[in-house]
Amino acid sequence: MKLEATNSPFNEQQVQQLNEVLATLTQNQKIWLTGYLSATASIGAQIPEAPAGGVQPPTNVVALPAAAQTKTAKHITILYASQTGNAGGLAKKYGEQLKQVGFEVNVSSMSDFKTNALKKLDHLLVIASTHGEGEPPDNAISFHSFLYGKRAPKLDHVKFAVLSLGDSSYEFFCKTGQDFDEQLEKLGAQRLVDRVDCDLDYDEPAAKWFDSVKVKLEEGEVSPQTIQEAAPTVLDSDVVYSRKNPFKAEILEKINLNAEGSNKETIHLEISLENSGIVFEPGDSLAIYPTNNENLVNALINALGFNAESSVNVDDRAVTLKEALTDLLEITVLSKPVMQKIGEFTLNEEFHALLSDRESFKNYTHGRDLLDVVEKFAPFSWNEQSFVNVLRKLPARQYSISSSLAAYPEEVHLTIGAVRYEVDGRERLGVCSTQVADSLEVGDSVRVYVQQNPNFKLPADDKPMIMVGPGTGVAPFRSFIQEREERGAEGKNWLFFGDQHFVTDFLYQTEWQGWLKSGVLTKLNVAFSRDKEEKVYVQHKMQKHAAEIFEWLEQGAHLYVCGDKDHMAADVHNTLLHIIAEQGNKTEEEAKQYLEDLRKEKRYQRDVY
Amino acid sequence: MVQKIVLPPQEGKPSDVEEIKAESNYLRGSLVESMEDELSSGISDWDNRLMKFHGSYLQDDRDVRLERERKKLEPAYQFMVRVRMPGGVATPEQWLKMDELAEKYGNHTFKITTRQTIQFHGILKWNMKKHMQELNSVLFDTIAACGDVNRNVMCNANPYQSEVHQEIFEISSKISEHLLPRTNAYYEIWLDKEKVVDTQEEQEPIYGSLYLPRKFKIGIAVPPANDVDVFSQDIGLIAVMEDNELVGFNVAIGGGMGMTHGDTATYPQLSRLIGYVSKDKIVDVCEKIMTVQRDYGDRSVRKYARFKYTVDRLGLDTVKQEIESRLGFAFEEAKPFNFEHTGDRYGWIKGEDGKYHFTLFIQNGRVKDFDNYPLKTALREIAQVHKGEFRFTGNQNVVIANVGARTKKAINEIIEKYQLTESDNYSALRRNSIACVALPTCGLAMAESERYLPSLIEKIEEILDNNGLRDQDITIRMSGCPNGCSRAAMGEIGFIGKGPGKYNFYLGASHTGNRLNKIYKENIGEEEILSTLGPIIEHYAKERFDNEYFGDFVIRAGYVEAVTDGRDFHNKA
Repeated sequence: MKLEATNSPFNEQQVQQLNEVLATLTQNQKIWLTGYLSATASIGAQIPEAPAGGVQPPTNVVALPAAAQTKTAKHITILYASQTGNAGGLAKKYGEQLKQVGFEVNVSSMSDFKTNALKKLDHLLVIASTHGEGEPPDNAISFHSFLYGKRAPKLDHVKFAVLSLGDSSYEFFCKTGQDFDEQLEKLGAQRLVDRVDCDLDYDEPAAKWFDSVKVKLEEGEVSPQTIQEAAPTVLDSDVVYSRKNPFKAEILEKINLNAEGSNKETIHLEISLENSGIVFEPGDSLAIYPTNNENLVNALINALGFNAESSVNVDDRAVTLKEALTDLLEITVLSKPVMQKIGEFTLNEEFHALLSDRESFKNYTHGRDLLDVVEKFAPFSWNEQSFVNVLRKLPARQYSISSSLAAYPEEVHLTIGAVRYEVDGRERLGVCSTQVADSLEVGDSVRVYVQQNPNFKLPADDKPMIMVGPGTGVAPFRSFIQEREERGAEGKNWLFFGDQHFVTDFLYQTEWQGWLKSGVLTKLNVAFSRDKEEKVYVQHKMQKHAAEIFEWLEQGAHLYVCGDKDHMAADVHNTLLHIIAEQGNKTEEEAKQYLEDLRKEKRYQRDVY
Repeated sequence: MVQKIVLPPQEGKPSDVEEIKAESNYLRGSLVESMEDELSSGISDWDNRLMKFHGSYLQDDRDVRLERERKKLEPAYQFMVRVRMPGGVATPEQWLKMDELAEKYGNHTFKITTRQTIQFHGILKWNMKKHMQELNSVLFDTIAACGDVNRNVMCNANPYQSEVHQEIFEISSKISEHLLPRTNAYYEIWLDKEKVVDTQEEQEPIYGSLYLPRKFKIGIAVPPANDVDVFSQDIGLIAVMEDNELVGFNVAIGGGMGMTHGDTATYPQLSRLIGYVSKDKIVDVCEKIMTVQRDYGDRSVRKYARFKYTVDRLGLDTVKQEIESRLGFAFEEAKPFNFEHTGDRYGWIKGEDGKYHFTLFIQNGRVKDFDNYPLKTALREIAQVHKGEFRFTGNQNVVIANVGARTKKAINEIIEKYQLTESDNYSALRRNSIACVALPTCGLAMAESERYLPSLIEKIEEILDNNGLRDQDITIRMSGCPNGCSRAAMGEIGFIGKGPGKYNFYLGASHTGNRLNKIYKENIGEEEILSTLGPIIEHYAKERFDNEYFGDFVIRAGYVEAVTDGRDFHNKA
């Protein structure tokens, strides 16, 4: 389309001059000019009114100054609350996209965001994941409590939108996102678009949410199509292998780290990343797409009275019911949405009573699976297809990586505890962990991708660090120590490890002993809970070394906790508070503040599950 | 104030163990710190050397060593704990405690050793102190049960002559107590006793700070029984009786079993008589003999350090003169004596004092509840009703001693209830068998012993059955290595481990314990053992004289030459 007086705000002479110049410009020069004109547009120049009637919005580059001028006024702040890095990843990706279309964007984790800047905000996008039982992730705790506290400012001037990430198998699904959504509204902010709650397969709903946010942000403004064409988005540089396109990786080694007689089964897995180009940092996780246990699938199909070979559609793809239940859909977790959908197919009163009572719902669904429901609440009015429609997609399982690329190039090691327990007289098997333990052998392949965890990262090489990782929680610290050894990092390293029995459960014992001998590991303290009459856990060992721990913290040590969230992490947290209060001669409040400050400085990082 | 002990100078650099002893501050070393280290269930080699003096040392379950290495776990370290039990006597209360401790801290079994005591296996580091303290609660300690000191003093477990036994037992206790290390280290480390500030010389008036060059063993035999294998001891004492009264001892010195494969300068040796002393002097005699070894034993090369090599190097007469000069008197001429057997006599007998005694065969000394043979349970029940004592024999068996008529009935019922003496476990060959522990816990073992000998015996029994020899007493002994814990060099049939499934095969020791055996075939496996032994047994069945023992026959028939001096042990014909 050629620039003419009839389709532009310019007169004939201007059009002629512009066309002469434009003809000589390269694409890059045009883009530069766009930016230059936008930046200088506010200097005096009045924007001429567009001629009325019949004039199409200009779509080429020289038509942009007017639109660009309005956009520079729009500041967009994207705050994320991220535990495993998903929310942070989305925030950065969307931030880039908004920048590409000309917005001024600030992307920040909630912990890095200064709350006094809230007053100056005009557009706020919140991307928040939820941690465990509805708690905010570690890097969102202080911002969350600030918004709910007395000092939270009025936010009448703010337009906002919230995207929440979660896992519907938890009772308080997407709770943190919901909290932010509600509270921002209460503080007077106006909602741009409705909140979207995403389950584990969040890509699509998140993308839809972002599209509608973008539309709202651009509303009443000239569409910046040309620029989008001119500058390809950064997304194209994403690695080839991702959640949507996992890498098929070969298993190189598989070792049960526990000796005979142990109650535990912890699988050390070495996986090849050869030729994948996949990279990761210590602290990151590897996700594995599992398949459901064949016996369980068969029992389920049997209980349903369906034909395993009947064809069903999953994601517009025709597969057999057995394939769908084995490879594609989750059958071992009873989430609220799934149960609600199941409710549409049964009139069973007991079932509906479960749905309406929070406590009994929680009690019933805990540790049970779809087979329990099918066996207990039959009959159902579904057929193969409508049954399949009820289920959510089988999500990948994430495991903290236990190796360093520097130490083991083109490999990734995992440390996976096999989950087995019994409910109602039937043995229940962790989907991925028991597949790894029971079915996968050296030479087999698994589909994997790396899940970054920006909130669990090594400190600078000269900083001391204290690591608390009982059980499989020790995994990232093996990676940390390998990395520090390879880097020749001089910071001191102190590990607290624990498990049930010394003789059978001291994971990676000879490696730690070797690192102690070589000096890479400065200190190691261990707690074995079932070797003696009194149960000893890591927090007891920490308390025993209270003075030295506090000394390390005062020297700037970074503190890492990985492993069980419900008991261990809470006990360790309380012990830390106690140590800080006792050794630092502080009140309870001051100790809390001390730990909170550590968290803000990223010196207290947790990867708990 | 005792005089400080100054050892005469020796050629050669002292061995590393000498250095460890010298720097240990009387056996303390860094044991306290090592035992508290929570990152390994083991201790350093250095401390383990000292640990031996405390009656224990570190082992690991060799069955799982490789697998654990793959699992990135250190070896399955565990401690062996050996009780000091002079004369091998335990009360029922002590038995019950040992039974309990084996369950609580050990591997659910205990082993009766070839030196009349018991040892536990599988004690984990963090249970050691409690284990030692609970032993102490029944007045047992483990001091000097291993290490370069005088070991458990053996004495004849002979149930026939009750009064003599009591006296012999008291003498063995007296010798043991007298030669016990005096250091307070044991009490400090294990029993939380306060550290005693003391001068070095006062701490060890007999040993000095370097203790002995090597282990030292004393045993007392009462003829006609040679159940202590008196000629295998560093000091062998042979009781001399007059009118059923103990009057004194014939003294033999310089016996010992250990050797090293491939080094003919090492050999098993028989102790040799140097004379007779009256019983009142015997403690002093033992001390002076031991101090000669203390001063002249080789402290440079440990495999040449035993007293037998000192005696052979200096000459028997020289050593005897040195002993006599330290004693201040000369030995009398040895009195005549006669041994009939080294093995035990099983079943009930009535002693001179009217009390009953039951000798129970315990295969390889292993007290354990076996499948279909709940031996440990049975003995626990016996200990619960028994009012006398348990005596361990040098052949790894137990005598339920000093039983009254009423209790005898109760004990007999238990024996029958559990079929402790049923024939499958009780053939003559089996009853004369000894095996050391070997795999999986012994670090020295080159081949199986305790876990293998029973099945080998089963196959040899077939040969004996076919030749009508099922009730013939033949001593058969197996060691997993050449160190000789089972005294394999004194078995009429002997096996010494060379490698997995492979043994050196020895023949020709005497049934009474006064002659060593000699190698007949080297490095052979089971098939060859059986095909070699078969024709010899057949030959023996056909051509033996009346009452001729198998060990004597093979010499008469020319299979091997008689070895009455260890220096001929390796000689080839």
